[in-house]
Amino acid sequence: MIIIGAGEGGTRAAFALREAGYDGTITLVGAERHLPYERPPLSKEAMTSTDAPAIKAIADAARLKEHRIDLVGTTTATSIDRANRSVRLTNGSDLEYDKLLIATGATPRRLPLAGLGSRCVYLRTFDDALAIRSHLGPGCRIAIVGGGFIGLELAASARKLGADVTVIEAQSRILMRGVPEDIATVVHETHATEGVDIVCGDGIATINDRADGVRITLASGLQVTADLAIIGIGAVPVTTLAETAGLTLNNGIAVDAQLRTSDPLIFAAGDCCSFPLAVYGGRRVRLEAWRSAQEHGALAARNMLGSEEALACVPWFWSDQYGLSLQIAGLPDEGERTVRRDLDDGAFILFHLKEDGRLVAASGIGPGNAVARDIRLAEMLIAKSARPDIGALAAPSVKLKSLLAA
Amino acid sequence: MSDWIEACAADDIDEEDVIRFDHAGRTFALYRSPEDEFFATDGLCTHEQIHLSQGLVMGDIIECPKHNGRFNYKTGAARGAPVCVNLRTYPVKIDAGKVFIQLG
Repeated sequence: MIIIGAGEGGTRAAFALREAGYDGTITLVGAERHLPYERPPLSKEAMTSTDAPAIKAIADAARLKEHRIDLVGTTTATSIDRANRSVRLTNGSDLEYDKLLIATGATPRRLPLAGLGSRCVYLRTFDDALAIRSHLGPGCRIAIVGGGFIGLELAASARKLGADVTVIEAQSRILMRGVPEDIATVVHETHATEGVDIVCGDGIATINDRADGVRITLASGLQVTADLAIIGIGAVPVTTLAETAGLTLNNGIAVDAQLRTSDPLIFAAGDCCSFPLAVYGGRRVRLEAWRSAQEHGALAARNMLGSEEALACVPWFWSDQYGLSLQIAGLPDEGERTVRRDLDDGAFILFHLKEDGRLVAASGIGPGNAVARDIRLAEMLIAKSARPDIGALAAPSVKLKSLLAA
Repeated sequence: MSDWIEACAADDIDEEDVIRFDHAGRTFALYRSPEDEFFATDGLCTHEQIHLSQGLVMGDIIECPKHNGRFNYKTGAARGAPVCVNLRTYPVKIDAGKVFIQLG
């Protein structure tokens, strides 16, 4: 078994193969020089920790060895010979496979402008995080291009370290993709209170790397000068390997509900693939989410061993900024009406329902983990295609767990 | 040896639920199972030091509110990614409607 990509999905798959009883060789090919590590802390703890930043390893060398997972680091795959079932690596070796998993992830979308220079950076890897961190400090000027999760989490981290932060978002508000406006408003206001300058509805005209800093000129004529510009305008799936191998693409590598590509011996998992979501009638989505990568890795591993399980998960993700945590289960854009549940300390949850009352998503925000339990229960209700009582959803005194049994 | 600490009233914990209990600079999670038995574990998830008391109890499983790491709260056993380190458990007894935890 060969796994290309040693991120969350690929690494999870390697362990899941062993957990399912597979006894043959497992080769895990990773592009980076590090042990497999978790990416969520890169925009948060890796920036703000008082100790020197360190990777949060998914598994250390001893655990990889114990599970007989051969990690090949600093290496990628360049081509797949599907007829002979072998994959060529950048280190020159050809590896034969019975089943192959592509878990190559995503890479930051590049800003299509010339002259960006070395002070315009992106965040994807731990090494990227180290480079960004080395610039952060009291009084330094940080411009963040893109009001999405990466940008806003970095904004919060940079403020914590005393930097002057400006966030530039071309859309009319932050978190336009996938986050309801009421929740985005709370995030926006929190950043404003913390001293972040957020500019929305203004695209970038030019960026110039000058002696006094990176000069960003917006469409409106507004200018922002920064010591570092961090670009966080989304990510694109890494599909070159699949494409050159002739696999079907569709917003990433197209896989079926069992995570199989157009070649039945090759699977894909995580950010690099699009897949049908059963809970939304087979709607094809591509997610860039930590838990989704884990679920994919585990399922792909079992199916590589001949199981024929279909993905039955509900999308879920979270974001932490300052003391706030946001969690979303399901896809809010599936909703046609909204019911609000107010919790203690300003926390609230929006339940997104179809006109026929079916719960399709829930999004919540509040201090700490205030919304976590209800969002998790909502996720279970979504998975069951439940039509919960509207009054019960709105009433915080009613335990959502009681609706699950109904 | 037998340091029994009074933690709370039994009725403070709903059935199939969990609460937080802090004592002497440490934090614990106290559980009441669907079978009306009581259990105690360390209060923080072994993955990222999150209070389990805000998590969800389903049957004999506590699920961390942050990243859904799961443990059997009766045994402390980690039940799959992202957690791989077990939770420490502590003996619990009920006396006159009070919950006591033995820290040892």
